[in-house]
Amino acid sequence: MHPCIRPAWHVSPHESDHAPMNESLLSIHDFSVTYDVDPPVEAVKHVTLELQRGEILGLAGESGCGKTTLAYGVQRLLKAPAVITSGSVVFHDASGEDIELNSLGVEEMRRFRWDKISMVFQGAMNALNPVAPIGDQLEDVFEVHRPSLSASQRRAAVVELLEIVKVGAQRYRSFPHELSGGMRQRVMIAMALALRPQLMVMDEPTTALDVLVQREILRQISQLRHEFGFSVIFITHDLPLLLEISDRIAIMREGEIVELDTAERIWTDPQNEYTKTLLSSFPRLTGERGVVLR
Amino acid sequence: MTAVEPQLPAPDLVAVQDGTTATTAVKGHSRIPWRFLGGRALFYLFTLWAAITINFFLPRMMKGDAVTQYLARNRNVSPEAADALRSLLGLDTDKSLLQQYIDYWALLLQGDLGVSLLHGLRPVTEVISQALPWTIGLVGFATLVAFAIGTIGGAIVGWRRGSRLDALVPITTFLSTIPYFWLGLLAIAVFSVNLGWFPIGKAYGVGMSPEWSFEFVGQVIHHGFLPATTIIIASLGGWMLGMRNMMLTVLDEDYVMVAQAKGMPNSRVLWGYAARNAVLPQIQSFALSIGFIVGGTIVMEMVFSYPGVGKLLLDATNAKDYALMQGVFLVITLSVLLANLLADVAYAFLDPRTRQTEA
Amino acid sequence: MTVLEFDAVTKIYSVRGAGQMKALDDVSFRLESGRTIGLVGQSGSGKSTIAKILTQLETPTSGEVRLDGQPIPRRGKGLRAYRQQLRMVFQDPFASLNPYHSIRYHIARPLRLDNVVPRDQVDDEVRRLLERVRLDSNAIIDRRPHELSGGQRQRVAIARALASRPKILVADEPVSMLDVSIRVGVLNLLADLQREEGLGVLYITHDLATARHFSDEIMVLNQGRVIEHGPADEVILRPQNPYTQELRAASPDPDNHFAPATGTFGGAL
Repeated sequence: MHPCIRPAWHVSPHESDHAPMNESLLSIHDFSVTYDVDPPVEAVKHVTLELQRGEILGLAGESGCGKTTLAYGVQRLLKAPAVITSGSVVFHDASGEDIELNSLGVEEMRRFRWDKISMVFQGAMNALNPVAPIGDQLEDVFEVHRPSLSASQRRAAVVELLEIVKVGAQRYRSFPHELSGGMRQRVMIAMALALRPQLMVMDEPTTALDVLVQREILRQISQLRHEFGFSVIFITHDLPLLLEISDRIAIMREGEIVELDTAERIWTDPQNEYTKTLLSSFPRLTGERGVVLR
Repeated sequence: MTAVEPQLPAPDLVAVQDGTTATTAVKGHSRIPWRFLGGRALFYLFTLWAAITINFFLPRMMKGDAVTQYLARNRNVSPEAADALRSLLGLDTDKSLLQQYIDYWALLLQGDLGVSLLHGLRPVTEVISQALPWTIGLVGFATLVAFAIGTIGGAIVGWRRGSRLDALVPITTFLSTIPYFWLGLLAIAVFSVNLGWFPIGKAYGVGMSPEWSFEFVGQVIHHGFLPATTIIIASLGGWMLGMRNMMLTVLDEDYVMVAQAKGMPNSRVLWGYAARNAVLPQIQSFALSIGFIVGGTIVMEMVFSYPGVGKLLLDATNAKDYALMQGVFLVITLSVLLANLLADVAYAFLDPRTRQTEA
Repeated sequence: MTVLEFDAVTKIYSVRGAGQMKALDDVSFRLESGRTIGLVGQSGSGKSTIAKILTQLETPTSGEVRLDGQPIPRRGKGLRAYRQQLRMVFQDPFASLNPYHSIRYHIARPLRLDNVVPRDQVDDEVRRLLERVRLDSNAIIDRRPHELSGGQRQRVAIARALASRPKILVADEPVSMLDVSIRVGVLNLLADLQREEGLGVLYITHDLATARHFSDEIMVLNQGRVIEHGPADEVILRPQNPYTQELRAASPDPDNHFAPATGTFGGAL
């Protein structure tokens, strides 16, 4: 593209009115999503959020609070009848550009996806194509997004990914049903990492996994984050988990963010009533016994 | 609160890597699951044996008179042929049942299905093998084309759920509810009689005899066009409906959404992820329908006077040519089993999950 | 007092083409009414196998299971009576209720099948059971499962399990598919019911925190073997076995995470 021609979504740094761009990665402003059913359901209500570069932001809340809708909506992955009714989402690319996600065309969005923001889905039970080997499923990311790579370069990239997540290159031709739940989840992480995105959105990535496997995967995510510098939006209803891994936590309820603070402050000094209720509703591993009445 | 050791001990990486309920990858990702196929083949062989045995008992359960009378009317049968017929039709009651059974198998294994009294005492195998290629050729071809168009069409209609393409489904299913003979007769009336584009019937021109020449092949295609097209029109709806419905189910699956989230172009998601999974049950249906090709198109053969197996069976039934009837039944049984075996093979190739013997 | 005993139970599966798999290896425990045993293990540890043996979906390869001193019956009326005494609550609230039937049907069925109350009292009993699990019987009774939330469905499953007035309740991960915030509610309910009915409860889970709060004693299972067994607090707070220690360390523990002495944890793993 000729350097003088700017695509419609290109906002110069000095035109943006947000925090210094080398700190903020994603600026969500007044974002709302409604499900156009009868009666209409406001799933996300005027959410404003600033995600820092390299930060792990936890998005906590019960089922139906809107956390998943928010995360999907920001990437424009929602399907009808969900409608984005207001707000802007600005992605502050590492190259210095600011990209307004809502104004990208379908094709631009498709190229943007996975390259800048990628996603790790819940329950890799069904998130992988059952009839294709996992190596192929990792390869097609490169085929589509990095067409200049040769076949052997692609293969080498996939092997590298499998080694990074400790699944092992020997699993290249394995099918999803031949892998355990933990390994499948790691393949999903490898897939999300493929293009070295700047943001990874993880939707309940460790639910349904054993606690040992869960810990290992979280450890891996943290290590990869330090190595590659991406931010993470971690969605889950498991607040104790978030308290341990997040830098900041946003508590969502009925489509709104009711509290947003560092993990430590949420634990030691919650402000909102709902946050306090949520905190007191899980049994503590080593704290006082008393949540469950025995 | 007790003081706790802060260090996380490194978890057992081997346990973590392999998982504990892992179904470890079946050793050797060979594409051909011999064990699975071997099991299936054995099952089909057993079924074949059962079918042949039932075939053995059937005429013996009929009133013997009819058959005896029938044979008595036809005096020109050679002694060997007469013996064979008696064996096949259960008239050799002078032998023990076991002996009858053994003789029956001996006949079958020699490929001797008796002689057709309707067709001038020619061997049944010869009569059937003349008709079979026409049926398989025309109907097989038509079914294949209908399957292909219906499945691909269904995939596209399913993908574009909610668009105007949805109308294709009720249209094609409507076409398939039209009684076939009416459709055939209509086609003949319009295209053969009125427009004269196609011949009225038969597989090839009168006076020609089968040979591998351009002219003959040309005639076959010319004669086969209307029958094939009417079959395709009549059966398209079923395939399209089935595939579209499977597509709708598959499109709701997580892996399709993941593929889109990965930024895969639509064509790749449609064909590589969605259709590839949705087609699996279609293959099963296709296999079953192949089995019925051999025996099931009697209406078409009547309307178009097509010299296939269906017509053969009809004529044999009318003329009470028991030997020929039995022979046709046997051939139909064999082809259904073979088709099922092929379907299992195809499915094993297409769905890697079936290759897995128990974890 | 009812006692369920597992006595040196071993279960070996033969896997076609892969030899044998020992799902359980010499497992023994004693469950008394009025007490809860937490059975903690990860996938593949054998805890589901124990549940299957208790519900007689599997039989032990060696060892014995006894209820009140008698080996559990395998057939006939004895089996029927056994099944009335030992009920199970399953993990998946979506799958364990038949989507075509109303809640009334689900709970009335065991009442009818086991002749718990006379026919004319069945409806009242259904309502009573729904109230016991703290559901509004009028609102719920004619609904279908898909109209209820996960937590409500699980309560219905518990009501159904209690219908036949069992002595032993086997709860296989009853709250792991529910939101964290409603888990405690359901576990509190189970604790209350246990106290009121004097049930013996076998609580199978992979979650140490809930096991600690809900159980009197905890058994830790690893690859089919019981590697630790003791009072709940002892096992969780002062684990002896390295595997238990690993499990404990891997479980989210905000109390320790933010403790000043271990500040290095913050944000890193």
